[in-house]
Amino acid sequence: MNTSVDFCGINFKNPVITASGTFGSGQEYSQFVDLNRLGGVVTKGVANVPWEGNPTPRVAEVYGGMLNAVGLQNPGIDTFCERDIPFLQKYDTNIIVNVCGHTTEEYLEVVERLADENVDLLEINISCPNVKEGGIAFGQDPKAVLDITQQIKKIAKQPIIMKLSPNVTDIKEMAKAAEAGGANAVSLINTITGMKIDINKRDFVLANKTGGMSGPAIHPVAVRMVYETASAVNIPIIGMGGIVNYEDAIEMILAGASLVSVGTANFMDPQATVKIVDGIEEYMKKYNVSDIKELVGAVHEK
Amino acid sequence: MAIYKEEAIVLSNEKLSEGVYSIVLKTKDIAKEAIAGQFVSVYCNDSSRILPRPISLCEIDKNENTIRIVFRTVGKGTSEFAKYVPDTKVTVLGPLGNGYDLSKQYENVLVIGGGIGIPPMLQLARNISGKKQIVVGYRSKNDMFLYKELQKEAEVFVATDDGSYQTNGTVLDAIAENDLKADAIMACGPMPMLKALKKYSEEKGIDCFISLEERMACGIGACLGCVTKTKKKDHHSKVHNARICTEGPVFDAREVDI
Repeated sequence: MNTSVDFCGINFKNPVITASGTFGSGQEYSQFVDLNRLGGVVTKGVANVPWEGNPTPRVAEVYGGMLNAVGLQNPGIDTFCERDIPFLQKYDTNIIVNVCGHTTEEYLEVVERLADENVDLLEINISCPNVKEGGIAFGQDPKAVLDITQQIKKIAKQPIIMKLSPNVTDIKEMAKAAEAGGANAVSLINTITGMKIDINKRDFVLANKTGGMSGPAIHPVAVRMVYETASAVNIPIIGMGGIVNYEDAIEMILAGASLVSVGTANFMDPQATVKIVDGIEEYMKKYNVSDIKELVGAVHEK
Repeated sequence: MAIYKEEAIVLSNEKLSEGVYSIVLKTKDIAKEAIAGQFVSVYCNDSSRILPRPISLCEIDKNENTIRIVFRTVGKGTSEFAKYVPDTKVTVLGPLGNGYDLSKQYENVLVIGGGIGIPPMLQLARNISGKKQIVVGYRSKNDMFLYKELQKEAEVFVATDDGSYQTNGTVLDAIAENDLKADAIMACGPMPMLKALKKYSEEKGIDCFISLEERMACGIGACLGCVTKTKKKDHHSKVHNARICTEGPVFDAREVDI
């Protein structure tokens, strides 16, 4: 039985990776999870300099999910390279660095700085709904997606994954633009913009007013978007959005994802990732699946 | 310090006053590891509520391996907990956060709690070996949960919002009215109270340690959902933000910008 995945020329022992922003750089969750068991760790977004992020409250629970507006607080690329990369290198798992910026130049600075670092892939966050400049501004217009993808691709030494926003009319157009720009892969979906109002205080729960919704409630939206994207592009897809158990992960793979990112589920159960790894193996045994590749996009043939 | 995720068992659940409940949980390892001022994340059994609730430890019994949490029902999650009967299994993550540092000896410590910030003061007062006095602020005379238990640990001064018991007003009014003197304050309570204590301690030039509260997601320092503004750049974040769940919840009042 083969659970390993060749993704952009890099071998993943299994398709389970973490979702950016939910797992730090793995240090905190390594108390609960043997990181060696994961296909990869996707780090929290890192910028050229430290970012303060948004005021609090930054998180709120909603039915079957949560909203966050952390605003990409991060310690900056220098600290990241000195502290976080060496930590992750101790483990036999792929390192995927999520890159964020306010401007194209800021993204490029981080990508350039990572060129000589021992990391496996870069995920470019052009879809954060919680920062005013950059982030999603790059991810809602196919021309902007094409442009930033091309510019990053020119200087990146690692394969690049463009992380797409669901807050668009047609995610296929964004995926096609990323592919045309030379992206090696796309990941989707980032969070869905939402809002929660405290009726007792008659005020917004989040200081940022809006936040990105994640968690099991958004899973069907994510599955639909991964399915649509898989039918529109030829580059591989990382599927994410509300995956909390192996069934959700298998669904995402059947819709067309080669890898799956587990995010909010970590908050629900710190051991969610490894439980999903185990569950996928059980599923493959039960249905006599000899190679996980058989499952990727399998529903498209029907 | 190790953090454990375990299935704890409800030993008892008691209503202390309107909307305030006390649950004693049998744990495997959490009680052994915990210190005063730390908290646990309690998961709901209703899986539509996906985030655990951070609740401070009111008592830690290392012999019986139990922890006690006292909380106010503020939403659906805490309302679920309020209905738990003995033998209910509850998933708990903890102990979390730093807790109070009791290594420094003081002449007299004022242990101050306001509202639902009072519960952690019970274990804290018990663990302070030197001289201490307790000051607590309640809404009214009918709301004075844990009052008798606190009296077993030290002399207790009370302020009530409506003046129905002892001092009418805030914990600071009670300090003034009773002319209380201390060289350190350890406190937990609502933000206006903590802000006032920060100002008071800075004016008096005394140490002040405050426990902060914030909405949390992971509880272990990964998501950066719960942060407080700090005076200096934080060593971990490299910005003026410290994680309440990890660097806190207890901070030196001088070091936070609240």
